[in-house]
Amino acid sequence: MTSIWRSRAGPSLGLRAALVSLLLFLLLLAIWHLAKLPVAQSGAAVNLTAEEIEYLKMLGKDPGASAKQGGFPAPAEFARTAWKHLSDPFYDNGPNDKGIAIQLAHSLGRVGLGFLLACLVAVPLGFVIGMSPLLRRAFDPYIQVLKPISPLAWMPLALYTIKDSSASGIFVIFICSIWPMLINTAFGVASVRRDWLNVAATLEVGPLRKAFLVILPAAAPTIVTGMRISMSIAWLVIVAAEMLVGGTGIGYFVWNEWNNLSLSNVIFAITVIGVVGMLLDLLYARLQKAVTYVE
Amino acid sequence: MSRLPESPESASQTYAPYDADRPLMLRCSCGQDHAPADHGKAAAAMRSTSLSTEAETLSHDFVEASLIKAIFPVDSVRRRFLKAVGANTARAAIASVLPVSALQAMAQDKGALEKKDLKIGFIPITCATPLIMAHPMGFYSQQGLNVEVVKTAGWALIRDKMLNKEYDATHFLSPMPLAMSLGLGSTAAPMQVATIQNTNGQAITLANKHKDKRDPKDWKGFKFAVPFDYSMHNFLLRYYVAEHGLNPDTDIQIRVVPPPEMVANLRAGNIDGYLGPDPFNQRAVYEEIGFIHLLTKELWDGHPCCAFGTSAEFIQQNPNTFAALYRAVLTSAAMARKAENRELIAKTIAPAQYLNQPEIVLQQVLTGKFADGLGKVQNVPNRADFDPMPWQSMAVWMLTQMQRWGYLQGDVNYKQIAEKVFLLTDAKKQMAALGQPVPAGAYPKFKVMGREFDPAQAADYAKSFKIRKAA
Repeated sequence: MTSIWRSRAGPSLGLRAALVSLLLFLLLLAIWHLAKLPVAQSGAAVNLTAEEIEYLKMLGKDPGASAKQGGFPAPAEFARTAWKHLSDPFYDNGPNDKGIAIQLAHSLGRVGLGFLLACLVAVPLGFVIGMSPLLRRAFDPYIQVLKPISPLAWMPLALYTIKDSSASGIFVIFICSIWPMLINTAFGVASVRRDWLNVAATLEVGPLRKAFLVILPAAAPTIVTGMRISMSIAWLVIVAAEMLVGGTGIGYFVWNEWNNLSLSNVIFAITVIGVVGMLLDLLYARLQKAVTYVE
Repeated sequence: MSRLPESPESASQTYAPYDADRPLMLRCSCGQDHAPADHGKAAAAMRSTSLSTEAETLSHDFVEASLIKAIFPVDSVRRRFLKAVGANTARAAIASVLPVSALQAMAQDKGALEKKDLKIGFIPITCATPLIMAHPMGFYSQQGLNVEVVKTAGWALIRDKMLNKEYDATHFLSPMPLAMSLGLGSTAAPMQVATIQNTNGQAITLANKHKDKRDPKDWKGFKFAVPFDYSMHNFLLRYYVAEHGLNPDTDIQIRVVPPPEMVANLRAGNIDGYLGPDPFNQRAVYEEIGFIHLLTKELWDGHPCCAFGTSAEFIQQNPNTFAALYRAVLTSAAMARKAENRELIAKTIAPAQYLNQPEIVLQQVLTGKFADGLGKVQNVPNRADFDPMPWQSMAVWMLTQMQRWGYLQGDVNYKQIAEKVFLLTDAKKQMAALGQPVPAGAYPKFKVMGREFDPAQAADYAKSFKIRKAA
């Protein structure tokens, strides 16, 4: 998505792209609306017995009243749901019912903490692995085995050993977001250009200065790329983790609304998750731009 | 660890368990140490004593005396033992193996609350009604407790959070504490059932396409869902199909599926039906994808389903808090039993922070006037009920079914486990303290699908079924 907006082909293309995007959106809405047009109800309430009317009421289909909610929502219903959540994002009805902003804050807090921990481990470790071909080979099998494990597979183990559900959530984010950072940092450090290292050697730069003044700036774009991938993985993981452990967060919100079989709330939550994920990605794209230099 | 009277002489004269020269009879049916003929006189004397400041000492001594009585049923043995080792040694020895102080504190229970901020887990189903509604109705705060009822994503998580001690007490499926105490499906941790949450209240729901297949004999190859292995849902479904000649392990498929996903899977045609908790049976009717084949009330009228309980450790450490919780939940159950309160309760527990369900669905479940999905309005007032008595015979039945289906291997001491896990005596005591009617007995017989279950013959019962898992 972002490549469209960063295109350098002049404003006219950008404008046209925006127009096409808008058209696509309207087309989607129209199809959605048409697909959800109410089917004409046959038979009026007149020729129903009292029991039949009661039965219909019990199914939530009060003859004469508005149609019941539920099933796949129509665009108008979805808009109402979204408006309801967005107009009061900070309400707090006890531990099981909080506004969307509070839920998001909980999720972002967990992601931030897990991600930070992962950074603290992955970047230094990646540095060491990148500088030493021996360690790189020694660590490689472990990374290859641990990297593809799904967050949901970690969860029971985490719950059993850590014995705390919110710490387990943070651990799962940590363990899933550490690998791209580790691999990218190691790769970035290992592929710093020989000439620069040689220059550093000629100038007799100490090992610490070399690491911070030569290798780090040179590897920074790759490291940030690793962080960007990790962040999007962390955001993917949090929803699954929170659906499993419950409590708070956007994942719990999805689970709670699924429990109510309320699809319009679930769709709203999905939209929010998508938008927040995009914003996080944009943030790292900015950061990436800031540390990239033109040779 | 135990609070003991300094010397036998300082204790009241009514019970003197460590006095070798006095008989220890406890033989009157009122539980007191006097001949039945002297009951009236002694009871009057007791009443005046209990008004005095000695009431606490008296209670402590009574608990100790009961324990000694249990250890030495023959009085001459007790006397010889006490004469041989001396009263103080005997007291210390007994206190080191039995939780004397905890029992004494439990008998007292008017003391200060050890813990006021509590977390109680629940699964959002109508079975949890008493413990959920105690929150908005203020029954917890009435007892001086600050309780947070926390919605939980699944039964396995309830189990884990109880083992982790994240929850102080919780909503259980009633066979779960038995399974956890026995170490089935998890590490063994002693759990206890304080009260049953609800009786009846489940149903077998089938997909609409099976409207003409109401006979279970036609169900070969069907796929069913239940919420958890150690659940009445699983045991009742197995019992029901086995009574109709199907082996639940080979002729049908039983999967563990969370209740809301039961409805979605039924819609998708992934399963043919489920024996699930309400409101999800009624929800399938409301969504017009299934119908209620039968209420579990028709299999065993008054069967238990969910329970309220906690760990043995929590009770030992917080006896007063536990007693307060007991009172709150029992008050709640008494209110939920009354038919005239059911509509109000449906309204109270419908919002997002509790069950998060349409009110009309909950109302049908709780009042028993419901649409059955086949075009009829049925009226079954006791479709769901809230009888809190944790009858130990029910626990014994669950154990026989765990044996029958291979969850539990080898010989089982039914009564020992049932009495350890189902706190019937405590429930009765707390009900009496609240002025609620208390039924007698511990092992009432009941009928499951027309066949009487006698807890005294449990082992034979478990072996008597033709369809069972081969040992």
